[in-house]
Amino acid sequence: MIHVIAFYLFAVMTIASGAITILSRNPVHSVLWLILAFFNAAGLMILVGAEFIAMLLVIVYVGAVAVLFLFVVMMLDIDFAELRAGFVKNFPLGMLVAIVLLAEMVLGIGAYKTGALQLGAPDGTAAQPAGTSNIEAIGALLYSRYLFLFEAAGLILLVAMIGAIVLTHRQRGDTRGQKISKQISRRPDEATVNVKPEVGKGVSL
Amino acid sequence: MIGIEHYVVVSSILFVLGVLGIFLNRKNVIVILMAIELILLAVNINLVAFSAFLHDLTGQIFAMFVLTVAAGEAAVGLAILVIYFRGRGTIAVDDVNRMKG
Repeated sequence: MIHVIAFYLFAVMTIASGAITILSRNPVHSVLWLILAFFNAAGLMILVGAEFIAMLLVIVYVGAVAVLFLFVVMMLDIDFAELRAGFVKNFPLGMLVAIVLLAEMVLGIGAYKTGALQLGAPDGTAAQPAGTSNIEAIGALLYSRYLFLFEAAGLILLVAMIGAIVLTHRQRGDTRGQKISKQISRRPDEATVNVKPEVGKGVSL
Repeated sequence: MIGIEHYVVVSSILFVLGVLGIFLNRKNVIVILMAIELILLAVNINLVAFSAFLHDLTGQIFAMFVLTVAAGEAAVGLAILVIYFRGRGTIAVDDVNRMKG
């Protein structure tokens, strides 16, 4: 019973916060609702026993991606009212596409429920061994059968990181940074000058 | 009892919301990127639900890879957004076709 209540709570919260994410006027509010959607999706995943993916969702999406969105939304000075100009105009077409898409998906699920659709059965080689935790089983699978895919994922992240740095890096001419080589090549005799000014004449610099 | 159909329905509604978000906020790239994140979240829920109900961990592994791609996509997309804003002073995507060179 508690399982059913928790499922409906998480499901309704996920869908509601997803809807507010795309309908919100202020993108900062959108990001915050997106974070709530991620949290509730993580709850949905915990309900079926996928703790590792749920924790990953919270750490990666909420901790990294959503905060990145927040940074960008707050960093850029954008007139958001102007960007919503086409909202009403696009609404009928968007709703039409959404309803057609949803009808197709519901049709597919209905076909599956009546037995018209035969899903492939798992061969059991990736089943979670009895007595192991979720994270342990995922680790055993990830570092053996999917090792190369795992390394490819690491490569994708590396390329994305380098790409983001290269794209946003710029050499600014108006800043005065530290020039270490110039600092350490200075000698005392060329850096200081000994003057003996006459009384009442001041010093010329 | 909660079956796999419940999860599939939730994920398909979330997917449709993501598609709708792209249509409704056609000018605002930030919200479009968030809608793409919603779509990827729907895919992840689907993968994890099937993985759990079919007792096969492959779905959870691939949900992890989807997460990886989503993180990379957000990073590069927001970087492009920042340099686009730097050059134009706006993020309206209607006139991106003027972005040359």
